[in-house]
Amino acid sequence: MKVAFTVNGERVEADVNGRTRLLDLLRDRLFLTGAKEGCGEGECGACTVLIDGRATNSCLVLAPQIDGRDVLTVEGIAPDGGMHPIQRAFVEKGAVQCGFCTPGFIMSTYALLQENPNPTDEDIKTALEGNLCRCTGYAKILEAVHYAAALLRGDVK
Amino acid sequence: MPNHGQPPVKERTRSVEGFTVVRHNLRKVDGIPLVTGKPKFVADIDLPNTLYVKILRSPYAHARIVDINTARAEALPGVALVLTYKNTPQRRFTTAGQGYPEPSPYDTRMFDTKVRFVGDRVAAVAAETREIAEAALKVIEVKYEEIPAALSIDAALAPDAPVIHDEDDATGIYDPKHNIVADVDIDVGNVTQGFTKSDVTVETTCELQYAQHTPIEPHVVLSYLDEDDRLVLRTSTQVPFHVRRIVAYALDYPVRNIRVIKPRIGGGFGTKQEILLEDIAAIVTLRTRRPALIELTRPEEFISARTRHPMRIRVKLGAKSDGTLRAMEMEAISNTGAYGSHGLTVLSNVGSKTLPLYNKAEDVHFYGKAVYTNLPVAGAYRGYGATQGYFALETAMDALAEKLGIDPVELRRKNHIRTGETSPIFVKLGEGREGVEQVIRSCALDKCIDIGMERIDWNARHGKRIRDGSWVHGLGMSVHMQGSGIARIDMGAATIKMNEDGSFNLLIGATDLGTGSDTILGQIAAEALGVPLEKIIVYSSDTDMTPFDVGAYASSTTYVSGMAVKRAADEVKAQIIKVAAQIMGTAPDGLVLADEHVSAPSGKSTSLSEVCHYALYQADQFQIGATASFVPDESPPPFMASFAEVAVDTDTGFVKVVNYVAAVDCGTPINPKLAQGQVEGALANGIGYALTEEMLLSPHGGVRNPNLFDYKILGALDIPPIEVILVDSYEPTGPLGAKSVGEIGINAPIPTIANAIYDAVGVRLRHTPFTPERVLAAIRDKDRL
Repeated sequence: MKVAFTVNGERVEADVNGRTRLLDLLRDRLFLTGAKEGCGEGECGACTVLIDGRATNSCLVLAPQIDGRDVLTVEGIAPDGGMHPIQRAFVEKGAVQCGFCTPGFIMSTYALLQENPNPTDEDIKTALEGNLCRCTGYAKILEAVHYAAALLRGDVK
Repeated sequence: MPNHGQPPVKERTRSVEGFTVVRHNLRKVDGIPLVTGKPKFVADIDLPNTLYVKILRSPYAHARIVDINTARAEALPGVALVLTYKNTPQRRFTTAGQGYPEPSPYDTRMFDTKVRFVGDRVAAVAAETREIAEAALKVIEVKYEEIPAALSIDAALAPDAPVIHDEDDATGIYDPKHNIVADVDIDVGNVTQGFTKSDVTVETTCELQYAQHTPIEPHVVLSYLDEDDRLVLRTSTQVPFHVRRIVAYALDYPVRNIRVIKPRIGGGFGTKQEILLEDIAAIVTLRTRRPALIELTRPEEFISARTRHPMRIRVKLGAKSDGTLRAMEMEAISNTGAYGSHGLTVLSNVGSKTLPLYNKAEDVHFYGKAVYTNLPVAGAYRGYGATQGYFALETAMDALAEKLGIDPVELRRKNHIRTGETSPIFVKLGEGREGVEQVIRSCALDKCIDIGMERIDWNARHGKRIRDGSWVHGLGMSVHMQGSGIARIDMGAATIKMNEDGSFNLLIGATDLGTGSDTILGQIAAEALGVPLEKIIVYSSDTDMTPFDVGAYASSTTYVSGMAVKRAADEVKAQIIKVAAQIMGTAPDGLVLADEHVSAPSGKSTSLSEVCHYALYQADQFQIGATASFVPDESPPPFMASFAEVAVDTDTGFVKVVNYVAAVDCGTPINPKLAQGQVEGALANGIGYALTEEMLLSPHGGVRNPNLFDYKILGALDIPPIEVILVDSYEPTGPLGAKSVGEIGINAPIPTIANAIYDAVGVRLRHTPFTPERVLAAIRDKDRL
């Protein structure tokens, strides 16, 4: 069947079967490999993308479900050749170790900061509850999200 | 303790100032592509015509394969190849990615006629799609003959136990008939007499569970033939050079025809120090001449990848009434599962990385066995036996302090090793063989203890049992050491060559598995060459392009590979100075390389760019560059003091870590933020190991919770506040004063939390993880007494 939707602002159409996962469609067909598969069961969050602004595990979404919807991936948030403030914050604050979970964390952070530009520690932890990181122990991720929020608010440059 | 004939070592103090690149929190060199989602990982690239490989696994813990019929699978449209014992090399090898000759037994075949655990390899299918490969697995007909299985250490050691490795072509097994992979027994002095001479003794036995690494990226490999028909393995590994050597051996295929590339990898923690998939991918590609991709699913990762060695460890300590340790005995029984990967060396490290910490004891006995069982296969896991040993040793120290009526902190202070001292264990016990003599040249453990005590408010809060409803608070602590690489075994090498703009290619076999080693090795080179990090182009872990390195394990990279980089940089620097002297018409003596220029005392200077142009194009032309290697004579330990406050709910047994403080001496932190991140991550993993992580096994030996919902690793909401303080020391044998930092942190949470639970509710937990059930049962048992 055919699905038509937007990815990172561009309209795409794809021929999919009913069992194709959004994650596979993004990675294998659209070559957007920022979203990763860590478990395929919605536990690790490495495949997080935004669908109509909501952070979603793309391994749990079937391609037909996104017909007519708007998908945003880690490749779509930065200006050409640059970094989004959240990406910059993750690099600068040491929130990236192996980097495999990072795109998922960045997308969950993106969704959080859209809704809540001034989050508390608890807000951040709750928003990132669905993303697992085995390298960092989360301390520097928390720091990065606060810093990203400050960058986006314009409190720091 | 006297230092056994070694020359006295002066405590070296050196200003940590004066570094321009090192000790700076520079951004990771691979940071930007990672946050922008560039295709950096194995499975992020697509090759046309790729075959997808799926593996059929044993449903039985122990069985012979009488026959396999693959005809129906092969007949399925889209199936390219089916592999079984019938059409693959039958040479035995080890999956352990260690130096050669590997201290692990050659007890594994690519596909065997016997399966030894639930999840063992039976067959593999390469097909046009994952779905076809999976469908083909379902129609492979396997005729098994089940045999009795040994599903615990005790069952494997029983007189009538089934022999798990009864094949006659396995080598390197200590006592195959009795399922004993390895046996270690070392003595210093006479421990029996030592206990007799002790005023006080304590004895404790601890058990540690099956736990897994769970890197967020499961094992994955992509193989293909390049345009010259050489086999390329793009793989998520910690040990690219060992992968090349072991795959070459297993397939009986020339090393020269294999290229192993490690791109970014999504975490390892030891499980990727193992050749789990590369041999299959290689054979699929060589037979079909097509690319092959093997990705483990998360359940497969749990069922068939490696685990930490579960252990039973008994410790007995004897001390004089003033608290001086007199004698220590440690017995470890390690479960290696169905194959003996890392069996001997992990067992050795239970003692060799823990007992030297308390070098005041005159009589020491360490002995143990590594035992085969028909259970999931253990392997290397961050901490590598030390983590297990410290549970027993550091909870016993806590019990000893109580029995002596001494503060647990003071007992450690009285007994821990210090700068200028040694321990006889260093010589007696190495990694799977004798160790090497070494004197501690840098140790800031006292300062670590001071800082930790202050930050956790030890004196005000320890022993107070502060109550809050049903919750009781307690404080615990423990101290630790690890090593920095394996002395006289590990080797790293680095190549540096210069470019016209004054930049340098740094080519290293060292394997960044997310740790930041590309960055810190770049920083070491940049510091030595007087350039900013941006001028170092780091390329690592490609067996065709970079010099040899053993890989990322044993806390070796900063120290071993770092020294190789430092040496190469120093040689390059000497060449630069010589060329600059020629350009400036001065003597090389007194020339200084800094800020991308070589300057003479006269005030004359020339830029690195000019130096390189001169060397490449003008006179006495040559490539400025060097390759250097390093093999350490010693393995200087980093040290750590760990403190935690916990709250225990006496109604439910739930343990909550309220606050965690760790002070770490890793010598010079090359990049403090990255070093801190290593410790934070190791602590988080260790807290999970202490409280929640446990692979549950069915009565038939299968893993009951092979997913991240039922196997609970900590998420952002579960993590307590963790404060990591880096305490300076200067390791004179290390690069710019550095020691290791990767593993040490994971050793701490189990004993620290166990001791804090005791402080809160007066029960000693002997079995990890400290789940509410276990804690509550212990509290109730105590109340009954």
